[in-house]
Amino acid sequence: MASELDGLPVIATRREEAEGFLQGLVSKSLGWARKYSLFTYPFVTACCGMEYMTMASARYDSDRFGAAMPRFSPRQADLLMVVGTVNCKQAPILQRIYEQMADPKWVMAFGVCASSGGFYDNYATVQGIDRIIPVDVYVPGCPPRPEQVLDGIMLLQKKIQNQSHKLIDRKPLPVIAGGPGR
Amino acid sequence: MSEAKGVGGIDPRATPGSAGAGERPPMGTVSRAGDGELYAPMPSKHMVINLGPSHPAMHGVTRAVVELNGEIIEEMKLDIGFLHRGFEKSCENVTWGQVFPYTDRLNYVSSIMNNVGFALAVEKLAKLEIPERARYLRVITSEIHRICDHLTLVGAMAMELGAMTVFLYGIEARDLLWDRLAELCGARLTSNYARIGGVARDMPEGWQEKTLKVLDRVVAIREEIGQLLNRNRIFIDRCLNTGKVSREDALELGFTGPCLRASGEPYDIRKAAPYLVYDRLDFDIPVGSNGDNFDRYLMRMEEMRQSDKIIRQCFEQMAPGEIIVQDFRYALPPKPLVYGTIEGVMAHFKLVMEGIKVPAGEVYSYTEAANGELGFYVVSDGGGRPYKLGLRAPGWPMLAALPVMTKGSLLSDLIPTFDSINMIGGEVEQ
Ligand code: SF4
Repeated sequence: MASELDGLPVIATRREEAEGFLQGLVSKSLGWARKYSLFTYPFVTACCGMEYMTMASARYDSDRFGAAMPRFSPRQADLLMVVGTVNCKQAPILQRIYEQMADPKWVMAFGVCASSGGFYDNYATVQGIDRIIPVDVYVPGCPPRPEQVLDGIMLLQKKIQNQSHKLIDRKPLPVIAGGPGR
Repeated sequence: MSEAKGVGGIDPRATPGSAGAGERPPMGTVSRAGDGELYAPMPSKHMVINLGPSHPAMHGVTRAVVELNGEIIEEMKLDIGFLHRGFEKSCENVTWGQVFPYTDRLNYVSSIMNNVGFALAVEKLAKLEIPERARYLRVITSEIHRICDHLTLVGAMAMELGAMTVFLYGIEARDLLWDRLAELCGARLTSNYARIGGVARDMPEGWQEKTLKVLDRVVAIREEIGQLLNRNRIFIDRCLNTGKVSREDALELGFTGPCLRASGEPYDIRKAAPYLVYDRLDFDIPVGSNGDNFDRYLMRMEEMRQSDKIIRQCFEQMAPGEIIVQDFRYALPPKPLVYGTIEGVMAHFKLVMEGIKVPAGEVYSYTEAANGELGFYVVSDGGGRPYKLGLRAPGWPMLAALPVMTKGSLLSDLIPTFDSINMIGGEVEQ
């Protein structure tokens, strides 16, 4: 129900304004820091993994974005790259890995299988990982060319820069319904 | 071998018998920490640990439940199915021509070999003779993909044992080959090239010269990789005499391909039952003697050399000509015919809407893929779609043998063993 108060301009005191300004500064600098220090957890299952290898090695060198140090522990990573097909047996594992990652975290779906199930329209395959975990950037292609993935990384960096970051986040942690162990 | 290459050079002051002195360490003994007489054993607890499926060394799709006594593997169980995408079932829902993209994604490091395997199976059923030039093109692209597959294996194996440089070199060489394949068939990785009755397109202008140049570069990179690994103490220590399979065991377990040959059995389908133009080409089948991880690695290196030889011979032997059968019941008519004649439109429409009518019957056709025998068992009821399709994946017996191969060895030996059998999720889980 919209009340008539909704249309009124918000009255801000000078103290609130100053706080908002400071928070904006903090958020900007945190965003800047975070976008250049993405640590990837590559959740590699299938064919796209071969393209991931190419993207991570000499010619395409995703390291130069400060964005591709692979960390094979979810607790040390903040970017989950889901590379390849995820099927129903794999899904709970992906979910658990996502839950184990420390906040703040981002997810990139690498390839059409991860984004939408790809051309595996059948009983076994999860039709897109966004059915089980939230996704920030989708990179299409079967498999995507490394340039596409780099583009995806840059998109994600922009997104991170423009997000609001807080020094202390008192929001309750998001909980995925029906996750493992629940 | 130059003195300047740190690892490769022979050091006159090295301990005699060590790799640095240019000798292989004595074989036939498994040396483990703790075998020495001065070893004071620590009481070790029996424990069960879980490796994978999301563990970098398990390639993302295999789960191994390992029972350990200290660091020795006592028992191991494999759990697969984390990449089951319903390959066989999916193929029954699409036309014969549409199966090709699914075969691409079986062994995604060497997709053209899977294409060719499937095309040969259908052609065997339809009793179709394909043009000369198409055969050569199929052999060339298959062998290029064999090199890619082996480069990936060697690179990944070295990386998982800590040698990042080798991985970077391997991927660089593979990228060069992929560039050529992209020029030929438009895709880098899932290169869909074979068609029923021939291949998709002919070589573009100047492709042959470019490919030969790339092959030279790949040879140089391969030599470099060899120099980095062949006499590398760490690599040798972790690979030599680990994951050993005897010739009898390998036959018993159903091994094929490089893993079987590494154990000493010189069986290669390209020689035993030649298909395409392999009987006209001069190449050797390398055989190992020890059946361990190091032999399986050396096997790959030598096979790359032989593939290189095959490609060069094909380029010399092939002559201009048709690349696909001119029978419009099987191949799409050329576009001018489709747009200009009613027969062309009808043939095109029939093929696209209903699929190729393959005569009823069943057939098993097998080819030598990068990992071994790739077999397709195809059943047709005369309709436009496969009635049933069965796959004999090359990686499957090797993966199934992993518990046997690693029993009694150290946990760390599991990594090179798992790498050297080249387990590919897509084909094993069908
Ligand atoms: S998107 Fe394509 S290449 Fe990537 S995993 Fe899926 S089928 Fe394989």
